[in-house]
Amino acid sequence: MYNFRYHKAETIETARSLIEQSDDPKILAGGHTLIPTLKQRLAQPSDIIDISSIDELKMITVGDGFITIGALCTHSDISNSPDIKKNITGLADLAKQIGDPQVRHKGTIGGSVANADPAADYPAAVLALDGEIITSTENHKATNFFVDMFETSLDSDEIITGIRVKIPKSSTYKKFRNPASGYAMVGVFMARYEDDVKIAVTGASSSAYRMLDLESSLKSNFNNDIMADLAIDITNFNDDIHASAKYRGTILKVLLEEAILELK
Amino acid sequence: MVKISININDRAYSEEVEDNALLVELLRDKLGLTGTHVGCDTSQCGACVIHIDGNSVKSCTVLAAQVNGKDLTTVEGLASEGKLHPIQKSFQNNHALQCGFCTPGLVMSAVDLLKKNSSPSEDDIREWFEGHICRCTGYKNIIKAVQEAIT
Repeated sequence: MYNFRYHKAETIETARSLIEQSDDPKILAGGHTLIPTLKQRLAQPSDIIDISSIDELKMITVGDGFITIGALCTHSDISNSPDIKKNITGLADLAKQIGDPQVRHKGTIGGSVANADPAADYPAAVLALDGEIITSTENHKATNFFVDMFETSLDSDEIITGIRVKIPKSSTYKKFRNPASGYAMVGVFMARYEDDVKIAVTGASSSAYRMLDLESSLKSNFNNDIMADLAIDITNFNDDIHASAKYRGTILKVLLEEAILELK
Repeated sequence: MVKISININDRAYSEEVEDNALLVELLRDKLGLTGTHVGCDTSQCGACVIHIDGNSVKSCTVLAAQVNGKDLTTVEGLASEGKLHPIQKSFQNNHALQCGFCTPGLVMSAVDLLKKNSSPSEDDIREWFEGHICRCTGYKNIIKAVQEAIT
C-alpha cells in the first residue's frame, strides 16, 4: 500500500473541511472496496478521511411511504433490519447476497453506491425503488446518479449521507452470481407499486439501468406471457471472460421471468 | 502515526500505528498475537477473522487506525483458565483441522454464528463459512464440529 495520511472525522462538517484541505482525498466508510483497491495500488489518495464513526449515518428510519437508510448502514444491518425485511423484502434479500457474512459486517450501502461498480447490487435496488441519494450538499435522483462504470454525479467534495427509497407493495431481487466472486453477472430488481412497476438491471452493462419499455408493458398487464416476445437489447452489454453479451441477455430474460412469476 | 486505544481480549492497549497499517499487522507484528493468520490478504479466505465490537470481520481489510476505541477479540481470547472454548474443543473432537492455518478464523466465525443463531441448520453453517477457505479437511468435519457445539 502507498503511504497516505489518515484522518478520523467525527462529523460531516469535519469531513468536508478535511476534504478541502487535502490534495486528493478519499472517504473511508466500511473500507471493503477501498482498502483492497489501495492494496492493489489502483488508487493513490493523499489522504484517507474515515467517516465510519459518525453514528447519525447508521440509522434506518421509516416514514410516509419511504425508508431512509444511513450511508454507514452495513449490508448486515440492512439484511437484518426488521423495518426493511417487513417493507422491502427484495432489498433485505439483496443485502444478504453481497459478499460473505464477515464482509457484510463491514461493507456499507453508502460506500457501494458511491463506488458504482457495474456489477454491484444496490444500484439496481436504488433505481427500481425510485431512490434518492442524499449527500452533504444535495439530493440526487437515482435516475441521474449512475453515470457510467465507477462514475456517478457526485462532486469530488460531496459525501453520501443516506439513501431514501420508496416502499413498494412488493419487491424482489434476482441475481445470477459469478461463481467465483459472488458479484452479479446479471441482477434484476423488480418493485410493484399501486399503479406502477419499476425494474432495474445491474451487472449486464457499464452501469445499472431501468427497463422503461418493459415497465410500461407490465404496468398495463403484469403477466409473464409478455416475456415470450420480449427481445433484450444487448448492444451495450458486457462481453468478457465471465460471460458473453449474448449469455448475459439470456440470463436477464430468465431472471425477469422469475421476478414476474414471484410478484404476480 | 496515529494514536489508538483499544481493548483486546479484555486487556487495554495504547499504541501508535502507521497511518496505512492494517489491523492484522498490528495484531501480529506489533502485539505478537499471531493466532490471527494472513492467508490471501484480499478478504477471500477468512484466516484473519477476529471480532470487532462483537462482529466477525476480516482484519486484513481494516486499518489499525480505524479500531480506536473498539473492543476486539482474537482467537487468543477464547480459552479461559487453561480450558479451551467449547468451539475449539469440538474442532479438536471432530478432527476439524489438519494443517490448522485456516482454523483460528473459522473458530472465530463459528463463535459469532452461534452467538447470533443458537440453532443453525447445516445450510446456515455452510452459508456463514462462505468467506472461508480450508484446503485440507474438505469442510465436512468443520460443519460437524459446529453442529456438535450447538448441543
